[in-house]
Amino acid sequence: MSEPPNPPKIQLNGVRKAFGQKVVLDGIDYTLDEGESLVVIGGSGTGKSVLLKCILGILKPDAGSIRIDGEETVGVRGEEREKHLQKIGMLFQGSALFDSLPVWQNVAFRLIQGQGMERKEAKEIALGKLAQVGLAAPVAELYPAELSGGMQKRVALARAIASEPEIIFFDEPTTGLDPIMADVINDLIVASVRKLGATTISITHDMASARKIATKIAMIHGGRFIWAGDAKDIDRSGNAYVDQFIHGRAEGPIQMAVRRP
Amino acid sequence: MIGILAAIGRAFLEGLAALGRLVMFAGTALGHMVRPPFYPRLIGRQMIEIGYFSLPVVALTTLFSGMVLALQSYTGFARFSAEGAIATVVVLSMTRELAPVLAGLMVAGRIGAAMAAEIGTMRVTEQIDALTVLSTDPYKYLVVPRLIAGATMLPLLVLIGDILGVFGGYLVAIYKLDFNAAAYLRRTADYLEFMDVVSGLVKASVFGFLVALTGCYHGYNSKGGAQGVGQATTNAVVSASILILVFNYIITELFFAK
Repeated sequence: MSEPPNPPKIQLNGVRKAFGQKVVLDGIDYTLDEGESLVVIGGSGTGKSVLLKCILGILKPDAGSIRIDGEETVGVRGEEREKHLQKIGMLFQGSALFDSLPVWQNVAFRLIQGQGMERKEAKEIALGKLAQVGLAAPVAELYPAELSGGMQKRVALARAIASEPEIIFFDEPTTGLDPIMADVINDLIVASVRKLGATTISITHDMASARKIATKIAMIHGGRFIWAGDAKDIDRSGNAYVDQFIHGRAEGPIQMAVRRP
Repeated sequence: MIGILAAIGRAFLEGLAALGRLVMFAGTALGHMVRPPFYPRLIGRQMIEIGYFSLPVVALTTLFSGMVLALQSYTGFARFSAEGAIATVVVLSMTRELAPVLAGLMVAGRIGAAMAAEIGTMRVTEQIDALTVLSTDPYKYLVVPRLIAGATMLPLLVLIGDILGVFGGYLVAIYKLDFNAAAYLRRTADYLEFMDVVSGLVKASVFGFLVALTGCYHGYNSKGGAQGVGQATTNAVVSASILILVFNYIITELFFAK
């Protein structure tokens, strides 16, 4: 059996993860081609973040296979795993900036610590990336705690793209931002992803954000992708779960675990 | 009856499991300690944090301990006319026991708690995950520098503490109890052996390692927001203190038991 010339960028097969009795991922299958932007939508606590952490190797799936560029990543360690991580950048939900380091060292972190680049050279690149997300040079010397939430998100975005990764994950990039800043972040994400030609997976429950950055959308519910397709088809999915979610209705097939009065 | 026994058994097994996890954490960290990359800059920063900034609290503790030791042993020993022994009592107690144990406990409260809080906050705000994603091993970047700094700086602190403790005893003996200064110093030096100081410094090194280890371990494994970090901080100080007391006995046994 010969491999096709260009294996899919990310391929998930039967990915399963449980914490104790609670099954969070129950067989996720998906194939993401290079240059696509997948947005995973779904309610809170449905395992969206767990899925990203499994792909990153921070969590180890109980079963299934995760391939990046055709190479298995589940269970690999050391340098092999490092090779996969090198390809990936990530924007964390709470930005996860290192608060002991000034902004520019946050952005240049991987270049300095991971790749051993000269600090001066890394700073140049960091300033360039900060400019790309609309932050001026004086911001580079500030500490993360001195920035507003929107600015932190932009710094986190600059950090995620600083090493020009082939794959970028966005974990709820617009959560906690006002609608205008959320849209600014969406635009920045779209622009930087296009510039890099990166393959991305985003998780969000903000439909405005999903519509803006997705080329593909998948909805996760009960540990599985219950619907997946092109972003433009999301409004005519014919799937009651998806319809309920994108219109934000309390009534529908998805029952929240809340006790009704 | 069975219920009570089962509860005791569960608590015992849970305790063993926790100890096992701590030992595995230490093993992983030690494995990373000998493999590159190394972060000298971070080790330096931790050394300043642990060594330099703990100096005032350790200095005060040991100075007053030496003073009170002289006073107590004077009033106690006077009952059987053994006042002359207090110089020896002060120097042996300080170097072998009090300086390392007191410094260890003070540093556990000061540094162990801070480490658990800092690393715990990094855990719950996903900064530790971010380190991994940015191609940096959290053990090498966070844990190893703290362990090295703990194990190397506490002996230095204790050495200073030894000197200050003896000095405290000297002050009380000379200025309050009217001892002869030369005689006091001679008695201090006469009965002090090299091994007394060394055993104290070995203890200090082990305690420093334990404080950093428990601080990192509880911080690294904290979960669930502010409350979890608070819990981690408490656990770090409590388990560091217990381990210090236990290891204090073990090391004393190793050095001095015949």
